[in-house]
Amino acid sequence: MYWEYVIVGYVVVLGGLGLYSAAILRQGRNLSRRVPPEKRRFLD
Amino acid sequence: MTTTNSSPTAPKPSDDDPLAKPLAPAHTGSALTFRLGLAAAIFMGAMLVFGLVISGPEINQRDSARLLYIHLPSVAATYLGFLVTLVGSVIYLRTKSLFWDMLAGASAEIGVVFCAGLLFSGAVWGKPTWGVYWQWDPRLTSTAVMFVMYLGYLALRRMDLPPDVRSRRAAILGIASFANVIVVHYSVQWWRGLHQGRTLGVDTQIDGLMLFSLFLGLVAFVLTFAWLLVHRFRVAWLSHQVEELGLARALAERRAETDPTGRGRTP
Amino acid sequence: MVHDIWLMASKDLKVEFVSRVVASQIVPFGLLILILFGLGLSPDLVVVGDERRSVLEEVAPGLFWIAVLLSALMALGRAFAIEAEDGNLDALRMAGMDPMGVFLGKSLAVAAQLLVLEVILGLGAFVLFGVPLANPVLLVMTALFATVCITLAGTLYASLAAGSTSRDTLVPLLVLPVLAPVLLGATLATRDALFADPGVLGWSWALLLVVFALLYLGLGMLAFGPILEDA
Repeated sequence: MYWEYVIVGYVVVLGGLGLYSAAILRQGRNLSRRVPPEKRRFLD
Repeated sequence: MTTTNSSPTAPKPSDDDPLAKPLAPAHTGSALTFRLGLAAAIFMGAMLVFGLVISGPEINQRDSARLLYIHLPSVAATYLGFLVTLVGSVIYLRTKSLFWDMLAGASAEIGVVFCAGLLFSGAVWGKPTWGVYWQWDPRLTSTAVMFVMYLGYLALRRMDLPPDVRSRRAAILGIASFANVIVVHYSVQWWRGLHQGRTLGVDTQIDGLMLFSLFLGLVAFVLTFAWLLVHRFRVAWLSHQVEELGLARALAERRAETDPTGRGRTP
Repeated sequence: MVHDIWLMASKDLKVEFVSRVVASQIVPFGLLILILFGLGLSPDLVVVGDERRSVLEEVAPGLFWIAVLLSALMALGRAFAIEAEDGNLDALRMAGMDPMGVFLGKSLAVAAQLLVLEVILGLGAFVLFGVPLANPVLLVMTALFATVCITLAGTLYASLAAGSTSRDTLVPLLVLPVLAPVLLGATLATRDALFADPGVLGWSWALLLVVFALLYLGLGMLAFGPILEDA
């Protein structure tokens, strides 16, 4: 019973987390290319 | 997310320098994030299997109770996110270290993402359980206010002011906003509302498999939080570097303009 | 510090006296909101409970405080707009003004303007919404406490955005969530003052406003120094 709510909840919450993660990783790649390798990490 | 392969464009460290370290790759991954991400994925998968397949429906709430396996972990990750923001803000005000400022900002953003998740999963849980998506109950209302407050904190971090002024004000707001997190947590005890109190009380009968699914969800979400935090922190650091490089370039151009011989040009 | 508070407050009030921005723009804005509520909420609708009341009458306390909050946002924006030009806050700090004096002085000036605004909007609400008045003392005390809350928390949070070009849009986002409990407390206390319905504990909500005001007085006095450091 109520599986439709369960599926919508899981898809939106986990999907949202996935989309956010993908956006962060993409942003990291784009920005990294504009920064010389020795300056890419705060701590080494 | 491979970590051992260095980027093909990055120059290899020369062999005659024993102290040379492998250069950072052109993304925000590392051995740490690889392990964190792998562990998070494993626990997330286990939570899905146990929460959606193995554990049975709850007696009163039926299958909608399965939403609690993502709802309560979202709550934990949200609290954790705003707590790290509080700690980062306090230490930033004491040390003025950029690290803590960036950590506070990164953590708040991830906390807001989890907070959106907790509000959504709570709403779709409420519809079958209470009959409505939203109740004007103290915990729900204070959570919604907390969500908007931290959106305001993130907006404040984008103000066009000198970075040190902006960081200091953000730190003050990051500390002050945590008061609302405490209000959210104790709202159930302070006002007797509709929202159920502590889910894991002694008197609540909770099936062993359900408890285990919930535990898997908690670990999965906390690991996901940590994995995202490292990546988001590195993005913050990289955008800071890009800003600095842009400033340096603008400065060099200005120097070249005012010095026609080009001697003032930065190497 | 008392001298600085007085200096700051009288300066801001003098600016208002000359420019008349609050009197000529913000007060009419508040009245306009009351009229718009009347149009948006169909005054003909009637709520049938223990007593027959129009919808407008029933929700009048909340509408009044929302109108005050929205007008207060404009007054707060104004209080920092008069400093933002040519880095005036910087000058205040250089002149050796106590940050707490600046905070409390600015709050005092905003509070004085808000009280005038509330009297006018309150009269407007009585006329437009047709509400009774069961307990005038509670109403006045509620208005006083709520005004202190709005000005202290408002001044503190509005100062965070001072000097930024996105100030006008950022201040509402920062200030309104903080004032959500004040809206709740002031509305319920006002309900009790107007209708004296059984079950609404007006004085305890008014007391909650006092606690909130003290909290933000403390926080403001602690935080305003660092905020002003190089605004």
